[in-house]
Amino acid sequence: MLGGINLATLIASLMVAAVPILMAATGELVAEKAGVLNLGVEGMMIIGAVCGLVAAVHSGSPALGFLAAAAAGAALSLVFALLTQVFLANQVATGLALTLFGLGLSSLIGQGYVGVKPPPTGRLEIPGLSDMPVLGPILFHHDVWVYLSIAMVAVVAAVLRRTRAGLILRAVGENHDAAHALGYKVTRVRLLAILFGGAMAGLGGAYVSLVRVPQWTDGITAGAGWIALAIVVFASWKPWRVLIGAYLFGGISVLQLNLQAAGARIPVEYLAMSPYVVTILVLVLISAERGGRGGNAPAALGRNFHAAR
Amino acid sequence: MTPLIEIDGLSKSYPGVRANEDVRFSIAPGEVHALLGENGAGKSTLVKMIYGLVRPDAGTMRLRGEPYAPPRPSVARERGVAMVFQHFSLFDALDVAENVALGMENPPPMRALAKRIREVSEEYGLPLDPARLVGDLSAGERQRVEIVRCLLQDPKLLIMDEPTSVLTPQEVEILFRTLRQLSAEGTAILYISHKLEEIRALCDGATILRRGRVVGSCAPREKTARELAEMMVGQTLTPPARAERARGPIALEAAMLDLDSPNPFGVGLRGVSFQVRQGEILGVAGVAGNGQDELLLALSGEIRSPTDAVRIDGHGVGHLGPVARRRLGLVAAPEERLGHAAAPDMSLTENALLSGGPRRGLVARGLIDWAKTRIFAREIVEQYDVRTPGIEVAARSLSGGNLQKFVIGRELSQDPSVVVVNQPTWGVDAAAAAAIRQALLDRAAAGAAVVVISQDLDELLEVADLFAALNGGRMTKPRPTQGLTVDEIGLMMGGAHGMEEAHAHHA
Amino acid sequence: MLITLEKRPTPSRGWAIATPVLAVILTMIAGGVMFALLGKNPVEAIRTIFWDPLFNPDVASYSRPQLLVKAAPLILIATGLSLGFRAGIWNIGAEGQYIMGAICGAAAGLALYPLEARWIVFPLMILAGALGGLLWAMIPAILRTRFRTNEILVSLLLVYVAQALMASMALGALRNPEGGGFPGSRNLSQWPAAANGELVANTGLHWGVIAAILAVIAAEFLLRRHILGFDIRLTGLAPRAARFAGVNPDRLILLCMGISGALAGLAGLFEVAGPAGQISIDFASGYGFTAIIVAFLGRLSPVGILLAGLLMALTYIGGELAQFMLSLPSAAIQAFQGMLLFFLLAVDVLSNYRIRLATKGAA
Repeated sequence: MLGGINLATLIASLMVAAVPILMAATGELVAEKAGVLNLGVEGMMIIGAVCGLVAAVHSGSPALGFLAAAAAGAALSLVFALLTQVFLANQVATGLALTLFGLGLSSLIGQGYVGVKPPPTGRLEIPGLSDMPVLGPILFHHDVWVYLSIAMVAVVAAVLRRTRAGLILRAVGENHDAAHALGYKVTRVRLLAILFGGAMAGLGGAYVSLVRVPQWTDGITAGAGWIALAIVVFASWKPWRVLIGAYLFGGISVLQLNLQAAGARIPVEYLAMSPYVVTILVLVLISAERGGRGGNAPAALGRNFHAAR
Repeated sequence: MTPLIEIDGLSKSYPGVRANEDVRFSIAPGEVHALLGENGAGKSTLVKMIYGLVRPDAGTMRLRGEPYAPPRPSVARERGVAMVFQHFSLFDALDVAENVALGMENPPPMRALAKRIREVSEEYGLPLDPARLVGDLSAGERQRVEIVRCLLQDPKLLIMDEPTSVLTPQEVEILFRTLRQLSAEGTAILYISHKLEEIRALCDGATILRRGRVVGSCAPREKTARELAEMMVGQTLTPPARAERARGPIALEAAMLDLDSPNPFGVGLRGVSFQVRQGEILGVAGVAGNGQDELLLALSGEIRSPTDAVRIDGHGVGHLGPVARRRLGLVAAPEERLGHAAAPDMSLTENALLSGGPRRGLVARGLIDWAKTRIFAREIVEQYDVRTPGIEVAARSLSGGNLQKFVIGRELSQDPSVVVVNQPTWGVDAAAAAAIRQALLDRAAAGAAVVVISQDLDELLEVADLFAALNGGRMTKPRPTQGLTVDEIGLMMGGAHGMEEAHAHHA
Repeated sequence: MLITLEKRPTPSRGWAIATPVLAVILTMIAGGVMFALLGKNPVEAIRTIFWDPLFNPDVASYSRPQLLVKAAPLILIATGLSLGFRAGIWNIGAEGQYIMGAICGAAAGLALYPLEARWIVFPLMILAGALGGLLWAMIPAILRTRFRTNEILVSLLLVYVAQALMASMALGALRNPEGGGFPGSRNLSQWPAAANGELVANTGLHWGVIAAILAVIAAEFLLRRHILGFDIRLTGLAPRAARFAGVNPDRLILLCMGISGALAGLAGLFEVAGPAGQISIDFASGYGFTAIIVAFLGRLSPVGILLAGLLMALTYIGGELAQFMLSLPSAAIQAFQGMLLFFLLAVDVLSNYRIRLATKGAA
């Protein structure tokens, strides 16, 4: 016990709280590694959240909900891809447009679903592990998405580091002119990376509306997409550090919720703003430590590619 | 014997430009063939067609007698055609082995590849550590990465685009040894350059391009450099006139100038000291990436330094920014025209204002005098023979040579007492280059102290009174240009970055 | 057939003016499809949004003045943002600065309640409002110049912090002591010394409108004639050339963020003292985000923003009307506005590139 808060419950619930941003940040990391800065994560997440909920409610299957969410996130990211990769629009502006549009469209789609409960997502009981004392309830008493989100980090880390596809992706994000000169399809690689980022953001959003809350309200993602973007910076574009960042953030949001519930003497509004303030502080610390250099940022991040000749 | 490659009637047009028209020539196996021409003559487009990066509008190619029309570089590589690029094909943040793997169709697993890289690079006298980050390598080493990448695929035709522009004279010798070794093994080499002495030393045959067409072919060893130059340019060249100049007091001085590079993979300056007098030209040589950019930034004021590390007419200016230094009479022209010396998407008028404000009185109490600015822009265009439809067109619509004339003209028409330029004629055609060099000489004759930073040794020998070299951010003591030998210059530039030992070891 | 893009040597002036118009038309078409999918008559919906608020005699007398009321904050904020956007400085947290301007301005006024000297109270509120927005914008600006922290993320995250602060103010420090415990401050618009009321009856003209017009004129002058405006444009188009020209990038960041923050704060103050009337939990209405669309729709030029702000205000009013008359959901308008930005960004390619159709064989 820690000031009225059970540490085991805290860890268990931070693992759950971190899933949406972990998913979204992993997807965004891949896009950024390919040199694409998609600020539309928030928009893709919330579209995922609403589409996931609607699909799950109608089909009665949470899994189908997640699938629909991934498809919806990817579909919205396709708009981003079209604008930035084909029409060469500014990535910052387009990402913002994506978020604004996503917020509007989601509340339009979600009109009839406010307060509707989705079918529950079951927990994965792992014989042996789940029954372990202490560690069982902390680590092995979750739904499948908690494990899948960690697995995705592992997969992304391995693909980026060890495979040819990962090498090409990093090359494109590092120097698109050189990649083009060697005959790689810069636009195609980026398109796929954007779609992956969109699908992951969609999944993250669906986790909010199907598991974490679980119901639909307008603006349900509440800035999680922006925090996911910040976590990619925090992680210096390294997959495993994304996991650390997401869990750190998950811990803070769970802690502040617990403090609220425990009736701490701090006003609720100040507790509610704490995750954002902490994220800002972490960003400052990271950038101060790097002394103004871009750190590990992909060199072509945010720059559009146009094969002139 | 069937030629290795036959080029027959290749043509390629871009809107407004005929890059290549009816180009034809052939290369025999093991031949070192030069492709000779000025900037903009169409050499790059031609080799991009051979390498599959650009599809020709018309014409055919045959490789070892078989039809050859690569739709993309990977097909070219499969058929045994490899290319070493002048720019744009390495990834700074990836290591050597990863860079090599990216240039191969079916690279072996990383560990095996690393071993192969070591073997091949030793065999050809170009030692490389596969685990190092490419961004940390010197220009010469970076080129080795590109060459080794090609050699691993056992090419039948190796295309080299201006390979020696980043090398010291000693490194050039080593490269030539490697190329001759390859040619003796039967690999044909298509060698692109505008450096005539090199071509005479290395190549068996040459095709000369002018404005996209073949204007001649020859055996370069049977021609003089001057004859080759005249074939290339299509006119007789006059070397710039060098008037005797009076030397005044010291106008620009750097004293133990130390600073870190603003770029992650840049080279900082270490204890750079020199003095330039009025009427004097200091030439600063060096292989690319040895602190040239940083030196210009430190002198122009874009990077600050301790007050007395840089002095103009005896006043410490190290702490001052570019505007204050301009007021004191220092003008500068960075290497990169588009994006640094000029804003690509702004008009020539706006680009005239970019650096002309302080000395030409174009801004009064914060307000811009556009009428005066337009007069200034027009003056530059007329006096420096900038070919442009008008002063309201965007800077990026000008050709490289014309924009460079505009940039140099803009700086020199501010009546400066100190001039600093980096690579003033890079990528500029011969006529424009000659005009720019003449303008710099004239400015010195009018009493300015001039610093010319350049990787073109011939250019420095032509204009500079004093000669120094940058190597790893350190600068040699300036020496009078007259009487310097090529060997001495090579040593000043830092020898061959450890290549010699490797060759000695190999032999 | 293959579509290829070819960069224009000089950006097309004609397309620069035509693209926003084209984007609006395309959005109307796509919006119509969206409305049809929602089961509404698209023609009627479009007419209700774009035509009725201005020309339908039944509603125009109410909605015409609303045009200025809604457009003023959008224009004020977008004008400030456009300066930064031009210089590549992305303040996307104007919503937070807008909120902080409202909080600070209202707090400064309420501190003097029930003083009747309008010449003291109102100017002080304006000053406090501008300062509140400015200081809130200085947080990302200083973090950027001092530590190179990404200003996009910081300014945006601060919106959530400002929203929480707004809630806390409405429930705590600024709550109306005579409000019977309900959240929300005293109503400023009913306190003559602090009210930002209509200056001319039935026009919607209030001090915020005048401030917006002044901001547009000042920004136009700055960009055309002043060296600072040139520095801003230069930094956005070619950052390295700007350093070469002697522009101090950090100073420019502080300046652009400061101006945009102060203007957003002003917008917040004029809103809280007039149309909104009080600090309340649901004060934030998204003007700070919509202003981003306005800035781009106006092609980041002050006069363009003036027109774009009026158009966007029209979609707000028309949207409300459509909600009322056709029961079109309010979110549809938000999506509609997002779509407008998409189309604008897409057609923008026309001003910088030429589109060419090439047959595959020859390419």
